[in-house]
Order: sequence, then C-alpha cells, then structure tokens
Amino acid sequence: MPEPRGRKQRKIRLSKLYSFGCGRSSFNPAEQSQLGGPGFSRVVETNNETNPDNPLSYFPSNSISTTKYNVFTFLPKSLFEQFRRVANMYFLVTACLSFTDLAPYSSTSAVLPLAVVILATMIKELVEDMRRKQQDDEVNGRKTLVLTADGKFEQTKWKNLRVGDIVRIQKDEYFPADLLFLSSNYDDSICYVETMNLDGETNLKVKQSIDKTSILQEEGDFIEFKTRIRCEDPNADLYTFVGTIEIQEEGHPLSVQQLLLRDSKLRNTDYIYGVVVFTGHDTKVMQNSTSAPSKRSTIERKMDKCIYLLLALLVLISSVGSVFFGIWTKEDLKNGKMKRWYLRPDDTTIFFDPKKAGISALLHFLTAMMLYGYFIPISLYISIEIVKLLQAQFINRDIHMYHDESDTPAHARTSNLNEELGQVDTILSDKTGTLTCNSMEFIKCTIAGVAYGRGITEVEKAMARRKGSPLIIDERENEIPDGTKIKGFNFTDERIIGGNWIREEGRGIIENFFRLLAVCHTCIPDVDELSGRVSYEAESPDEASFVVAAREIGFEFCQRTQNTVSLNELDYLSGTIKKRTYDLLNILEFNSTRKRMSVIVRDENGKLLLLSKGADSVMFERLSKEKTDYEEITKEHINMYADAGLRTLVLAYREIDENEYAYFNKQFTAAKNSVSADRDEKIEEAADMIEKDLILLGATAVEDKLQQGVPECIDKLAQAGIKIWVLTGDKMETAINIGYACSLLRQGMRQISITLDAPEIVSVEKSGDKDAIAKESKQSVVKQINDGKRLINEFPNESCALIIDGKSLTYALDDNTKQIFLNLAIGCSSVICCRSSPKQKALVTRLVKTGTRKVTLAIGDGANDVGMLQEADIGIGISGAEGMQAVMASDVSIAQFRFLERLLLVHGHWCYRRISSMICYFFYKNVVFGMTMFIYEAYTSFSGQAAYNDWAMAGYNVIFTSLPVIALGVLDQDVSARFCLKFPMLYQEGPRNDLFRWSRILSWMSNGVITAVIIFFLVTFSFGPQPFRHDGQPADKAPLSAAMYTCCVWVVNSQMALSISYFTLIQHILIWGSAGLWYLFLVIYGAITPSFSTTYYMVFVEELASAPSYWVVTLCVSVAALVPYFAFKAVQTSFFPGLHDFIQWMRYKGRAEDQEVGQVIRQASVRATVGVSARYDARINQQTGRVHHVVQTP
Amino acid sequence: MEVEEASTSAPGGGDRADRAFSPGRSGALYRFKQQNLPSWKPALTPGSVIMIFLVIGFFFIPMGLIFLHASESVVEIAYRYDTDCIPEPYKNDKVGYIKDSSVSKNCTRKIRVHKYMKAPIFVYYELDNFYQNHRRYVKSKNDKQLLYGMKQKDIGSCDPVQTGNGLPILPCGLIAWSLFNDSFNFARRAEPLKLNRKNISWQSDREHKFGKDVYPFNFQNGSLIGGGSLDPKVPLSEQEDLIVWMRTAALPKFRKLYGVIEVDLDTSDVVSINIANNYNTYSFGGGKRVIMTTSKWLGAGKNNFLGLAYLVTGTSSLLLSILFAMIHVRNPRY
Repeated sequence: MPEPRGRKQRKIRLSKLYSFGCGRSSFNPAEQSQLGGPGFSRVVETNNETNPDNPLSYFPSNSISTTKYNVFTFLPKSLFEQFRRVANMYFLVTACLSFTDLAPYSSTSAVLPLAVVILATMIKELVEDMRRKQQDDEVNGRKTLVLTADGKFEQTKWKNLRVGDIVRIQKDEYFPADLLFLSSNYDDSICYVETMNLDGETNLKVKQSIDKTSILQEEGDFIEFKTRIRCEDPNADLYTFVGTIEIQEEGHPLSVQQLLLRDSKLRNTDYIYGVVVFTGHDTKVMQNSTSAPSKRSTIERKMDKCIYLLLALLVLISSVGSVFFGIWTKEDLKNGKMKRWYLRPDDTTIFFDPKKAGISALLHFLTAMMLYGYFIPISLYISIEIVKLLQAQFINRDIHMYHDESDTPAHARTSNLNEELGQVDTILSDKTGTLTCNSMEFIKCTIAGVAYGRGITEVEKAMARRKGSPLIIDERENEIPDGTKIKGFNFTDERIIGGNWIREEGRGIIENFFRLLAVCHTCIPDVDELSGRVSYEAESPDEASFVVAAREIGFEFCQRTQNTVSLNELDYLSGTIKKRTYDLLNILEFNSTRKRMSVIVRDENGKLLLLSKGADSVMFERLSKEKTDYEEITKEHINMYADAGLRTLVLAYREIDENEYAYFNKQFTAAKNSVSADRDEKIEEAADMIEKDLILLGATAVEDKLQQGVPECIDKLAQAGIKIWVLTGDKMETAINIGYACSLLRQGMRQISITLDAPEIVSVEKSGDKDAIAKESKQSVVKQINDGKRLINEFPNESCALIIDGKSLTYALDDNTKQIFLNLAIGCSSVICCRSSPKQKALVTRLVKTGTRKVTLAIGDGANDVGMLQEADIGIGISGAEGMQAVMASDVSIAQFRFLERLLLVHGHWCYRRISSMICYFFYKNVVFGMTMFIYEAYTSFSGQAAYNDWAMAGYNVIFTSLPVIALGVLDQDVSARFCLKFPMLYQEGPRNDLFRWSRILSWMSNGVITAVIIFFLVTFSFGPQPFRHDGQPADKAPLSAAMYTCCVWVVNSQMALSISYFTLIQHILIWGSAGLWYLFLVIYGAITPSFSTTYYMVFVEELASAPSYWVVTLCVSVAALVPYFAFKAVQTSFFPGLHDFIQWMRYKGRAEDQEVGQVIRQASVRATVGVSARYDARINQQTGRVHHVVQTP
Repeated sequence: MEVEEASTSAPGGGDRADRAFSPGRSGALYRFKQQNLPSWKPALTPGSVIMIFLVIGFFFIPMGLIFLHASESVVEIAYRYDTDCIPEPYKNDKVGYIKDSSVSKNCTRKIRVHKYMKAPIFVYYELDNFYQNHRRYVKSKNDKQLLYGMKQKDIGSCDPVQTGNGLPILPCGLIAWSLFNDSFNFARRAEPLKLNRKNISWQSDREHKFGKDVYPFNFQNGSLIGGGSLDPKVPLSEQEDLIVWMRTAALPKFRKLYGVIEVDLDTSDVVSINIANNYNTYSFGGGKRVIMTTSKWLGAGKNNFLGLAYLVTGTSSLLLSILFAMIHVRNPRY
C-alpha cells in the first residue's frame, strides 16, 4: 500500500524534549520473573496460522456483547425477572389456584390479565435488548487494517480480529483491541495516545515501542515477523502490563509502555503497527467495565413497600372474612338441624363443611385472597413501564434539549429512572467535556500593568444577563463570524490586534511577552505546504492557545529542530517580519509541583534568556527584589481574571550571564544523567537555582471555554436547591478556576482546601516509608477536615467551599473518616474534588448516595466517569463528543450540560409528579374496587361471592380505568415548562418527596375506602329492596352489580379528572372515553350468548338503560363520592398551598410575569448559595457595604 | 384556553432530512411531542370552589325534592306474615310447624288500603336474611341444562342437587331446589282480585335462558324436599315463578315479583290476602312479607333514599360553599 506521506517525516527525536522521565520505560525484574506462572500464562504468536496447535484459537473473538439476553436465555431469564416482583408472583399463584374449586371467578378471567401484563413487559424487554444489540453490532462492525496471509494490509471488521493479528492503525483511529506497539512513523518509534475514554485525561500520552521492533516499517517486513509474546492474563489494571517478546529466540521485556489499549485513540502520529494481544472481553477496558447495574428509582422501591402494605391489608381483610365465614358456616348445622337449609349444609364439600368449619375457613382464606386481589393493582407495573417509555420519548423528542450543531437529541437510555430525575439532591459533575468544551481560548492578558482584551467570558455574560445590562448588545456587535474564528484565540483588542501593538507605549514589554509565549512551550509546528499556514500540535490545549495567540499577534513559531526554535517575528522598529532562530539550551518542563515551565535560550545576539511562565502562586515569589512598578496592578488584574473564571499564567524572564548558565548547566546535566532514585529531585533543585530574580512581564488569561449556558444552568440548579459537586481529574488550580468560571466559587467565599502539599508531609514522603506516609497523611487530612468544620461553625452565615485533592481524598474516604468528611462536605455550598481517579469519583458518589440517602446524579462524558455514572442513582452521559463509554453507561444522555436544567426542572419535575400521582391514583382506584367487593362480601355472609361479573372484573384494571392513568402519567403538567424554569424552587417538591410520602399514599388509600363506602351504600340503598324500575322489576344481583360497577367507573374516572390540572383533547377522550367504553362493554358483552355473558346478559339494554333511577343514581354517586376529596383539595389549595398551587394561582391571576412576585417566591423558598445569582447578590452586597448573609440551603 | 407559544430558540432548518429531527416544526404532532398542545388548565381558586359547591347545591336540592316527591306519591302496603300466619300452638315451634305437612298452611288476612292505589298494582314477596347470594348457592345451577334440558349431561355445577334416584334432576341445583312456594290470592269484598302472573320475569330470561321445550324432570323427588315443585307439563320458559326465583338476589333482603293486580284499589278498600305459608324461613330466622305497591317513574315501591341522598349531597355542598365564602371574605388569599 502506498504510504500517504503528504507531510514531511519528522526527524527529531521527540523523546529528547522531555527532561522528566517521559517515554522512559522501566522494567521491573521481579515482575518479569512471574511470567509463565499463574496469572501470567498467555502466549501470543504472530504469523502462525498454519500451526495446528495454534493456541490462538482458545482466545475469545474481538466482538463484544452488552445484551442482557440471548435467544435461549430470553424466555427463562425474563420470566424470572418478571416473577421476582412479589405482585406478579402473587398473581401467578392466584392464576394457578383459579383452576381449582377455590376460585371465586372463572380461571380465564384470572389468567388473561396476567398473561397480557407479562407479555407486554416481555415485549418491552425484547425491544430494549434488540436496541442494545444494534449498538454492539455498530461497534463490532467498525473497520480496521489487518495483515493478511499474503502480506497485505486489508480492511476487516473489528469483530474478526484475532489474537496475534498484526494491525495498522491510522491517525485518529481507535485501537480495536489491546495491541502490543511495534512501530510508528516516528524514527524513535513513539506514538501519542489519547486515553480520554479510559481515564478522562485529555493530555496526550507518549508510548514507545522497544527498539527491536521499531525497524519494522515496510509492509513486507511483517509477513516475515514471527514472534512469540508471553504475557499476563487478561486483567483490569490499566497501568501495568508484564510480558516478554521473543524475537529471533531472544527475549525482550515488555511493559505497559508498549501496550495500546482498546478505545484509546491514536493522535499526532500518522500510523502505528501493533500485534493484537487481548481481544473483546479480554481487553483491559472491557475488564474494567462492570455490567451495568440495574437501577430502580426511589419511588419504585417505595412502591414495592406500598404493595407489601396492600398485601398485608389483603391478608388482614381476608382473615377477617374467613373468621366470619367460619362462624356462619359452623352455625348452619347444629345437632343435625340445618339453619340455612337451602345451602344443604348436610351434604357439602369441604369448602362449605360446617363440621369442619376450621378447614373451610382456611380454604376460604385462599378464596378471599384471590377475590380481593383487586387491591393489588396488577397492571401497575406495566402501566408504569408504558408511561415511562412514553415519557422517555418526550425526553428524546424535546426540541429544547436537541443540540443542533451536533445533531444530537437527548436520549433516555433506561426509561425506568425518569421520575428519579425529579428528585435529585446532589449533582456530581465531571469537568472536562462536561462543564467545559475542552478547548482553551486566549482571551485576555495584562502586559506591563495594562489589561488588554475585550472578550467576554461565559460567566460575565451570565452576570450581565442577570443584571439586564447592555453588555449583551455589546457582545452581539462584536461577535466574530464563525468562519473567521481561530480555534484557541478569542482575543479582541484593537490596541494589539493587527500589529497595532507597535504603537503602544510598552511595546518592548509586549514584544517580550509574546516572544516568550512563542518560545516557551513544547508544541510542534505543522506547516501546511500548500497554504504555508502553521498549525500546532500540543500536549494540552492551553499550550496551543498561547502559541496561536503569539502567532496572531506577530510571533509565528514556525520551526522546531532538535535544539532550535524559529519564529517569524514582527519587528516593531522596522515594522517588517524577520525570521529569528533561538538556540534552545534547556527545557525545564512543567509538572504539578513546580507549577511553572521555563526554557533557556540563546538569541541571535548571543544573549542568554530564561523565559518562564507559571502559576501566580509560585511566580510572584520568584520575581526579583527590585519590583517593577506594575506588579501590584498585575496582581489585581489576575484576581479580576480569576473572578471572571479565567485561567491565568504569569510570564517573567531574565537574562542570565554565561558563568551562571555554565554552572547551572553542569548541575542540570549531571542531575539529568544520574540514575539514582532522587534524579527528579536533583533536576528540580538545579532548576530552582536558576529560576529566580525574574522580571515580570505580565499575565495571560485563558478561558477554559465553558460550554454554552453552563453558569446560568448551574445558577438555576442552585436555585432549585440542588447541590453541585465537581469531581475532576484536573489539578487543583484548574479546578478552582473552573469553579469560579461556572459560579460555584466566588470571591468572598471561604475556601477550605484539603491537600497533602504541606512541607512536613512532603518531607515524610521523601523518606519512602509507606506506613509513615499513610499515618502522617491521614492525620493531616483529619486535622484539616476538623479545622474546616470549625470554620463552618464559626461562620455559619457564610458560604464555604470545600476543595480537596485526590491524594487527600484517598484518606478522607477511609471508612473511619468518611463520615466526618461527608459532614464537612454537606456543610459547604460547593465541593470540588480535584485530581480524583475514576475509582475515587465512584467512591465519592457512593459516599454521598449512602451517606445522605438522597438521590444523586452523576454527569460525565468520558470513560473515566463510567464508574461514577453507574454508582450514582442516575448517570447522565454527555453525548455528541467523541467516545461512547460514558453514554453507554449512562441512563440518560444529553448533548450539552445546559440541557440538564430542562431535563431536571421540567422533565424530571413532571415525571416525578406524574409517576407519584399515578401510583397514588392506582392505589386509590384499586382500593375503591376491592373495597366495594369486600363490603359486598359482608352481605353474602363472606361466602366468597364476587360482587361483579367475571369478565367485567377482569376488565377493570385493563380496560376501564387504565387509559386515563396512562394519560396522567404521560401528559399531566402541574405548571407549564416555562413556569417550571421560571420558578426553579418548584423542583424542591421532588427532593423533599412531597408527593410520594406515606401520608399522601395513605390518604389516597383512605380516600379510596371512603369512596367505596359511599358508592356501595348509595347504590344498594337506592336500588333496593324496592324495585328500581317503574315496570315493577326489582334489582337482582346483575343490575345491582352492573350499576355499582358503573358508579365505580364514573367515580374513579371523574376523580382522575379532578386530580389533574391539565386537559388536552387527549385527556378528555381517554377519561370520558373510558366511561364510554364501559357502556360499550355492557352492550356488547350483554349481547353475547348468555352461556358466556352469564349474569350480564342484556343487563344494560333490557334492565338498566330504560330505568331512570339507574341514571339518577349514577349521577348522585359520582358527585357524592367526590365531594369529600374535592372539599379536602379545596382546603389544601386555599390554606396549605403547595408551590405548584401557588404558581397555578399566580398564572390564573396573570401575575406570574410580575418580577416582584417572582422575587417574593424566590425568597420565600430557597436562597441560592452558589450560582450567578449568588455572585450577583454578593457583589451588590459588597458594593453597598452591607454584611453579606447567605442562608444555607435547607 | 391558554396556548403557549412555541419557542423559537431552536433554529429550524431547510434541507435537513437526514437529521435526527425532522424539519417539520409545527402542527399538532409536533406540539404533542413538545408537550405543548392547546390545553385547558383549571386552577382551583377560592371563587371556583365556591361556585362549584354552589352549583352542586342548587342543582341537587331541587332534584332531591323531586325524587322525594316521586317516591312519596307511591302507595305501598307491606305485610309481614311469617310471624302472623302461625297457629297459636306452634308459636314456639315454628320450624316444626312448617315441616309438618299435615298442618294446613293456609292463612287469610285482611288489609285496609289507606290510600288510593292506581293500577297496575305490583305484588311482591320479600324475604330477608335469606342468602341467595351465597357462593355455594349462586353456583349451584346449570345454565345449559336450563336451556337445553336433558341434552346437557354434565351438570357437575349443580352439586349437591344433581341426581335423585340415579337420574339427573331437571332443573338441578340448589336454587331451583329451594324454589319459593308460598302463594297469595287476593280478594276484595269477597270477590277475587285478578292477579296477572304472566310476564313477571325478564323477557330475555324467558327467551334465551330457559328452554321452550325443556320440561321439569325428576324434580323434588328426592328424600329431602326443598321448596316448591314444578308442573312437569309446562316448559321451563313458561315457569315464570322459577325464572324469577332463579334470578338470584344481590342482598340477603330482597323482593321478587309475584304478580300484578290490574284494577285500582280505593281508599279504605279492604283486601283479603289468602296466603299459603309453605316456605321455611323459620330455620334461619328470615322474615317474609307480601307487598302491594303502585309504581312511579322512579320505581315501584316507596324508597325515599335516593331523594334524601340528593338532598344531603346538595345541602352539604351548599354549606361547604357558604363556609368557604365566609372564610374567603374573612381571610382573602394574598
């Protein structure tokens, strides 16, 4: 295959750029010796197809499957799932018993509803599993290049890859399996890998193959490449790999440095070759993925308890009935005398035997359990499932949660958590890719004490919108058309742009400033040969933004060689562009402890320059004693930038004289070449020595570009009383910056930072004694936590922010400290955990979930968030970006963080309300029906005679009352979406669980009892014993029961109409149509031959319809049975209104648009502690000089 | 009707057929998907609560009065004879009396009509404490046998009254076996009142549930005689007493139609009722009544309950509305 080498082959050894151990591979001899032993037995051979003992055939294929069922397991497994529900089990037993003489009704009428319900649920399961299969097929069907037997690389599907295959991966492709890295297009055989899907880190990782394989460059080389690789067995550890490769009978050790993991991505490298070592479910990423836990919502768990309650009630009333039945039966035959002779108690079966009344009573208990089965809503589960599916469709189809640019709608992947969305108490959010877009933009800078840059950050926009200030108009005017926008650069200031800086007063400093940006970095330029345009490949997006900024201002970094950096500079004296080359002498690279990066260069005049950029915390102390006059004002600017959510770096430089450099270089080189354990330390010491007495140039401000609308969204969520925690893998500074950017932090908040950076800890760490480190660290963490709590107690009126790093988190999450940690965290209005590993994210999530017993929601976009998403009650994946792991593990996926607002406040709120109302209503309607039957029983001496006709009863839950409930569950809205968003505090109904607390459930059940009593007695007393028809016919059992049924249907459906407050045509059709269906049923069923319709034969047409009293009774009962509820509701809304009542009322009065009223409601409910509003409030308070009070969210 | 304007924040598009969202962004289906259909959103305001209760009150109270009037204008004479129609010596052994077939069960009583009764006057018998709705009892019949006669072989449901002397019983089952067999004859001024006993059952029963060529067979031939017997020469579809009886009652106290007197009875007419007191309700302490009643559109027989129910519902609604109005006037919301 011809090599697409349109670009020049780089001849530099990139590994040389790194002074701190990057790309260095270390082999641990102890680990190597384990090979061949247990757990390290894998042997992989390449180009060995012909060998009959080829061990490769034992390895699994590369196809993956995430489905729940297969063809054979579907039936047993899904049935098992179904009957794990106690209610379904109960109905199964009932259905079985209904074939015996115990049954109070015909068996078919008992089995059919159950069959319908089970079947419908199974179909739903099937459809969902098919969808999962489709997704698997999509992944399995991706293409990659694999070496075929005739030595060519040809395309094949991922699923066809076998262990031992040699593959070629092109730039920006995902690795299809775990590969052993053989060679790349770079001479030193390195490649860059993006592991965002695995650990969420966005910086590129460097992998390097062993020298022996790096020579394999041409396609033909591979067919002759026979090798045997021995390595560890599949395991979940992403950071270790042990193995050897035998090349020409010679073993070479392998480490994780040579392993390319499935689902990570090749970056900045044209191509690589690799051998497949782990396939399919053996790969590390699959080993890491735990099977998705099946989540159930809080409401559903509580619903189970309600079902148990109803079952208990069922047992209770059944036993009451049985006792009475036993007594009556026994009395029927005394001393040979029959009491109720017409029952022939002398000649009877065991079911009614007066001589064995005890046994009869026991058997009757079973009958009663079946008869009162109507207390248990059989169709509840399936109705809920249907409703949730439809709700999920609404979520999927919501145009306001549709991201137009990426053509991604929201997607509710598991529909059974919709209502949980309405009860979220804490959101745990990832940062990169979730809150931010993962792109950095150079937006502002301060040079020599002058602030440049008119760009407006998302935060400032949000603040401006909050204030209603004209900033927005300003912004629109200056909006750059999309086409001309440069990635990473959002800087507008006519004083600088377009070469205007040369007329600025401080142009010398400006020149140094941008030159520093152009020289001090580790980027690689990539010159497009056609257009001459330079683009850059950088390890991190903020580095790239600096180089881009320098280029735009006139310092185009255009070439990097082994030890030079060349720029095309705009010379301000001549105003022309000159190419200047700087000799790159040393790079003192960035790491998290140094928090700075420096380069030492020699310019064309032979001057030695130290160029340095770093965090303000470390840079200011390194400035020279002779202060520049703009140091203070620069600090001020930096604070201002930080408050606007920007990431700042301080730039400084100095000239070094030759002697000093010579001394430094000696030290530094010695340190670099040393092989002792303290190598890094020595390098650092040497660097420390030279990075001092710097001259301040200014500071840059880079916007870690927040996703659109994030600050407002967080503000709304905070107003809704939801707590937001940020869990990020980023370093602390970045995390804090983002905290500011998205309004979780603000100036004036008390920050409690828990870190292990204290000198004494560091010194203990150097000793290397693990136990001592653990002990010291633990003590330190506990102390800091306690200090934090003291601080909170001291200033109860101020909002605090907790910032904790990953190392401390390890100790804080220990069993004996996690409770105090949680207490501290709950006391803070913002919590930020930085440097946290995927596992820690999951652990924190679990801690919050179990510690507070409230609903947690995790949101993230990368594979590193998977654990967190699965652990949380609800996991939300950010879709649309690259990488599907998070989405696959999530319950709902959305394209942008800001959609969370609508997802929770609108859909979540509605779904919560709908589902809880629906369940309550279900209990109500079943209690009504069951209770009328029970009271009727009392009038049949508890003989177990059903009040209604078999088929009519069977239809109650399935036909006559089910559709309106579904309408309630799918369509009801207490207030419109607009008002949900306008009054976020309405959301609190969910976390407080106002609508599904026991008192509400029980009052609905009692309402059912009251209704049943009213229905039963009104109907029976109106109907008899006096004949109800004017032609003299009295009401026997059939018309009476049909009339009572009619009343049940009307009352239950009218109750529905009363309890919803949102009517569209659909509601009307379903509610009144259900009542109509009953009449239709009566007519049709009554016309069928009497051997089928039995008692209901012609009951409506002949007996009821022509009797005025039937209609009069129906009306009377329907009204009378609803008056108690209506009065109750009227009292409640008038005197104890809920928030939704309030808002409904406001809307009715047309006052909801009133700003003032909104303010009143806001203050009456939740006070924001974070968010744009809080920041705005704080600023106003600062301005007016008043004391700032912040009330903690209850 | 409040209609929320569709938001314009999401940009619409032209040629976007391949996208996840169809370009059609209007119409009922779209509004349905956006949960933004035209809707009616009633809010429960104090005013509407008061109004609703007021309307119920004003509607229900007059209705109640009308129904009360209708039932008040019905003239009903009920006479409990089970205690009366026992000769003095048997007062303490009612069961013995009723089981003793040698004692005459006839009994004549005179009843004065207190108010003009317009024909048709319906005659009922009423039983109480009789559990015709007992599960064992209700099940003990065979619909197919009643319709098809001896062709229906499987009459297991009729247990325990299936066969007598080795032959199937027709009609089988407890219900038929316990057929009510008291009879009533009416006379006014020594002249018998004609009692129409045709068409006292539902037409659908006669035509579709009881066979026209099905005749009673082997009925009441067993050792234990239950209730009345049937004329084996009359097909079941014409045995209207049986048909009426087989319609089991819903509650332990029930009336069944016996016949219709088709002449008017004047005030202070004296009607003498000749009762054959055959049916045993004494074992289980049930009462027996004979009832003569006129009929109104709301039903035959005096039943004030419905009117009262309307009155109570209406009055309580009215009271509630006044209560709410008072509270509202005192503490107007907001």
